[in-house]
Amino acid sequence: MDSVVHLRAAVSLLGRFPALAGVDLDVAPSEIVLVRGPNGAGKTTLLRLCAGLAHLSSGEAVVLGCDLADDPKAVRARVGLLGHATALYDDLTVIDNVRFWARAAGARSADTEEAIEQLGLGGRLAKVPVARLSAGQRRRAALAILVARRPELWLLDEPHAGLDATGRDLVDDLVRRAAAAGATVLIASHELDRAVPLAQRTVTIVGGRVQPEASPVSPEAVRVP
Amino acid sequence: MFRDAALIAGKDLRIEARSRVATNQIAPFALLVLILFAFALDPDRGILTRATAGLFWVTVLFCTLLAVQRAFSIESADGNRDALRLTALDPAGIFLGKAAAIALELLGLEVLLLLGVVVLYDASLDSAGLLILTALAATAGLASAGTLYGVLAAGLRVRETLLPLLLLPVVAPVLIGSTRAFEAALSGSPSDGWPWVGLLSVFALVYLALGLVAFGPLLEES
Amino acid sequence: MMDQQAETTISAASVTTTGTKATRALGIVCLAGTALLVFLGLIGTPEDEVQRDTVRILYIHAPAAWVAYLAFGVTALASVFYLWKRTRSLTWDRIAGASAEIGVLFTAITLATGMIWGHLSWGVYWTWDARLTTTALLFVLFLGYLALRRMPADPHVRAKRAAILGIIAFIDVPIVHQSVEWWRTLHQDATVLRRDLQVQIEGTMLFTLFLGFVVFTLIYAWLLLHRTRIAVMEDALDEHGLELALEERRAEGVPDGAPEGLATT
Repeated sequence: MDSVVHLRAAVSLLGRFPALAGVDLDVAPSEIVLVRGPNGAGKTTLLRLCAGLAHLSSGEAVVLGCDLADDPKAVRARVGLLGHATALYDDLTVIDNVRFWARAAGARSADTEEAIEQLGLGGRLAKVPVARLSAGQRRRAALAILVARRPELWLLDEPHAGLDATGRDLVDDLVRRAAAAGATVLIASHELDRAVPLAQRTVTIVGGRVQPEASPVSPEAVRVP
Repeated sequence: MFRDAALIAGKDLRIEARSRVATNQIAPFALLVLILFAFALDPDRGILTRATAGLFWVTVLFCTLLAVQRAFSIESADGNRDALRLTALDPAGIFLGKAAAIALELLGLEVLLLLGVVVLYDASLDSAGLLILTALAATAGLASAGTLYGVLAAGLRVRETLLPLLLLPVVAPVLIGSTRAFEAALSGSPSDGWPWVGLLSVFALVYLALGLVAFGPLLEES
Repeated sequence: MMDQQAETTISAASVTTTGTKATRALGIVCLAGTALLVFLGLIGTPEDEVQRDTVRILYIHAPAAWVAYLAFGVTALASVFYLWKRTRSLTWDRIAGASAEIGVLFTAITLATGMIWGHLSWGVYWTWDARLTTTALLFVLFLGYLALRRMPADPHVRAKRAAILGIIAFIDVPIVHQSVEWWRTLHQDATVLRRDLQVQIEGTMLFTLFLGFVVFTLIYAWLLLHRTRIAVMEDALDEHGLELALEERRAEGVPDGAPEGLATT
């Protein structure tokens, strides 16, 4: 498998609900792919599946050479997932949080410190407990954690959300640099004017399935009840 | 595994140092319970002194509930469980780290409570060796069982009411053993107490083993 | 690991009752056995020398206690089979849950009959001996287990959580029993209340007691079969709901040939 991500008829059930109802997808190395679709289409589940978190109920899924049907845990340490929620400890400072999570993921401390600098979390901001930070600053902290890990596959769920213009530029910059360095990036986003120029390819998900590329109907027109 | 445990324990203790929940809330609560017992049982008739061992350990059990609840409520942030699963941490190490942090907090509370019973219940502390070893073995058991049941109940909206129901019956042997050992120590016949320390140690080892094995699978469900 | 939803392939329509020829036969045997037990217990056996008629409650108390512990053992064993990858199946989870429900019932019966017996014989409802105390704790452990099963979750998630709890709680029972045993033997003045061990059982009394064990075990089996089948039917109903959800999900993804609610421009 040359693809970094290879999915065939992948089904993922959330409880009884089929979040992914048969997804076919191939992502080549160093590609930046945008995943778009209406709310509830399954974008987040797709990312979580590739991270080895969501359960593969049936179908084929091979990510970074790891067969997710056999052992989803193997792929976890090699991906970086930026989810909707930022899992930070409210009572600790930003620096403590980033250092803990990065180290827990096996990142080197040199990389961690560099990430902190890159995301503008050094200085005054560093000693503030996370509880008092804005949502945008928390996102930056989460990004720093991801960057420090240097994952081979980046899975970004709405990376631009909650960030100001500088922050969004920073995200774009980080993504481009990561891809140039050999990482593959999968972005799920609604912010099409930001994300489409960033991506090399766009994939559309509706109702838990990937739409064929030459679909005549644009997804905005399909309103889910 | 031990490095992961140290990382987690360090994180938990650092959170405690910043938020001071154990020192500002649980410790006063513990003293409060000792005082309430005095209200309930007439302090003038020597009941408190005779019942010191039992009252001490019942108070420790209450503190264990609070400490375990706290240890898991810091992990209840949205996405926290996912984040833990995505790290390279050994789940057994996470278990060990959390249990170690809880155990250290409990030991601190126990020292405070010992001072409390000396002052409030007029207890005299003999056989320090027996007291200390009992406390270590009992605390190890409480922390292990507490962490295991804590993750079992974690993420459930009724965690506050479910955890006591699940945990307290299970630690009943710890209550029996530690109380008997303390009684032996406080009444000056420590030789009666050592077999109980053995029971406490067995309990601690059993629950340590169970926790190391079961924590991973329990963390896995999402 | 592919999903095990497929194993509940019984469609809701095909199973309308939990009774089969086997369970009906078993049921009849249980009824007959119970009738015999009642007859022997109340009429057919003599009084005990010391306890006179109150000993008759033993014919219910002891078998109920046996079933309570048996049920817990079955729950633990089923939990192990559920967790073991090679035999993983929701059937084991259903058996574990059903057994726990029956177990809590029989534990309550054991405690109630124990208390009645204690009151009639020695004027006290409760003695803190190892067996009674452990049984009381068993009751609470069961209730905790059932409370955990009530938490809404994905069936496999809930099954795994319950299975782990079932095993841990089971391991706890002998530890508790031993602790209480050691604790109570320290108290010599409890011997007057340990007379329940000195009931002389022989002849027809022994046979009746033995019959009690057999009949209660059969009743347990009958209840377990029925309760497990009800659980299967409940899951089949859920399965049906899943089929519908899958249909709707697929419909979402097809913009032309739109079902109601989808609009195209």
